[in-house]
Amino acid sequence: MFGKSVVIGQYVPLDSAMHRLDPRSKIFFVALGIVTLFLVQSWLSFALLGGFFVLLVLLAHLPFQYVLKSLRPLWVLLALTLCLHVFFTPDDALVLFGFLRVSLGGLFKGLFIVARLVLLVVATTLLTLTTSPIELTDGIEGLLSPLKRWGFPAHELAMMMTIALRFIPTLLEEADRIMKAQMARGIDFESGGFMKRIRGLIPLLVPLFVSAFRRAEDLAVAMESRCYRGGIGRTRLRMLRFERRDYAFLSLSLLVFVLSLSLSWLTW
Amino acid sequence: MMCFEDVHFWYGEKEDPRAVAALRGVSFVLREGEFVVLLGRNGSGKSTLAKHCNGLLVPRKGRVCVDGMDTRDESVLWEIRRRVGLVFQNPDNQLIATTVEEDVAFGPENLGLPPSEIRKRVDEALARVGMSEYRKREPHTLSGGQKQRVAIAGVLAMHPKYLVLDEATAMLDPEGREELLQLLRELRKDVGILHITHNVEEALLADRVMVIDNGEIVAEGSPREVFLVGKDIEKWGLELPQIVEVALLLWKDYPDLFSVLPLSPDELVDALCSYS
Ligand SMILES: Nc1ncnc2c1ncn2[C@@H]1O[C@H](COP(=O)(O)OP(=O)(O)O)[C@@H](O)[C@H]1O
Ligand SMILES: [Mg+2]
Repeated sequence: MFGKSVVIGQYVPLDSAMHRLDPRSKIFFVALGIVTLFLVQSWLSFALLGGFFVLLVLLAHLPFQYVLKSLRPLWVLLALTLCLHVFFTPDDALVLFGFLRVSLGGLFKGLFIVARLVLLVVATTLLTLTTSPIELTDGIEGLLSPLKRWGFPAHELAMMMTIALRFIPTLLEEADRIMKAQMARGIDFESGGFMKRIRGLIPLLVPLFVSAFRRAEDLAVAMESRCYRGGIGRTRLRMLRFERRDYAFLSLSLLVFVLSLSLSWLTW
Repeated sequence: MMCFEDVHFWYGEKEDPRAVAALRGVSFVLREGEFVVLLGRNGSGKSTLAKHCNGLLVPRKGRVCVDGMDTRDESVLWEIRRRVGLVFQNPDNQLIATTVEEDVAFGPENLGLPPSEIRKRVDEALARVGMSEYRKREPHTLSGGQKQRVAIAGVLAMHPKYLVLDEATAMLDPEGREELLQLLRELRKDVGILHITHNVEEALLADRVMVIDNGEIVAEGSPREVFLVGKDIEKWGLELPQIVEVALLLWKDYPDLFSVLPLSPDELVDALCSYS
């Protein structure tokens, strides 16, 4: 009844060049990609970036429908953006449908934004489909750890994410169990108005919170028993290391990004 | 050697008259390679005792020593925690990481070992508990018994000398329980085991049995010695193991049936067959 995949992300465990990259390289790639996508202004640049992303999807051995699936929640937004631009750009009208004007300039602008959003999602998807949640957490910790010097809790943040990832499925199972138990006692979660439904969640949430606190307490004791004392002096089973492929990937990405930016400035 | 010397503990403020005394003068020793079962009903102080073994709680009076190190000495606390591994009751609440092998690595990671050494220990520990092929699995996809075995692997990877299990079998189905007990039987050669339970049947395997009630050790000895109390065991909120109950009933009517109390069906059958 709860979509686990929504919360956990859609990692596809394959063995590909993209999967083997250091998670930090991929996070870097996404960050730079997003900035580039917001700066470029020409179709040529979009074409270049789009081509590059397609190449990466192929390198990742990902079926294209996986990538398209991640766009699905966006259809409405994309369609709306396009319509707004097409119909409400105060511009030379191409065609007139009564009071509706179809604007050519608006159409272009709308398509521009759609292309930008689509590429944005594809770039992010390239990260989430090829990087397991653990790697992602390790990567974020690795990238943030230079900030530790100024007191930023990089390790604690990563540990929180790990524990959240570990316990989300457990808590979902538990929510399911409590819900069934409460339904067996005649509590109705599925009908009634909005307020009634919200109020109906109380018999679910209260036991769930009580048990979550109990778990948190047990977990803290278990972690302490296993010599956990924060990030100090802690090593990892898998230490992150930049390999030659990471440098190659990052250089290539940088090249493509710079190229598309210059194309955009040249043609604009 | 892990030793408790006249350990007193109560929850709450120091001289609070409402404070419940959870331990009242507990003394015992656990040697390496020994398998001790601690029996006690709910609320008798079992978990409180378990938490004293690695300094999660420290005695209000008396002392707990692990290989000569006092648990009250902060400077050796981590070494004590490495030497004494604790496994808890709820299999869901003691696995920390998102995959089995990452979880087993958690302890060695905290010890600051180099990655190659961690790798070696994780593989060893998982092989030891028979979970090697599950190493990439997520904890929530495992059965209760498997989760407990992973928890034990997580402790073994720190190379402990003592293993304390606080009702680790309580939430398992009979099959998972049997697997876990089998594993403990295999581990007893190398580590001292303190297995805490309220299931008397599990005490039959022990080198030594202790009974705790109301914060005090009320009986201690080999399973044969302890279960000789017979029906009196009920005053501590426990029952006799089935085989012992049968044997004691027979013994009452045929006083010369056994020379020693049988602890397994085989021993009982042997005794019956040789009776003339
Ligand atoms: N955190 C706590 N605060 C106050 N009293 C506690 C706490 N934990 C346990 N107790 C009390 O201490 C006694 C022993 O508890 P415990 O060691 O958990 O027993 P067992 O594990 O044998 O069931 C019980 O009377 C219990 O109510
Ligand atoms: Mg207990």
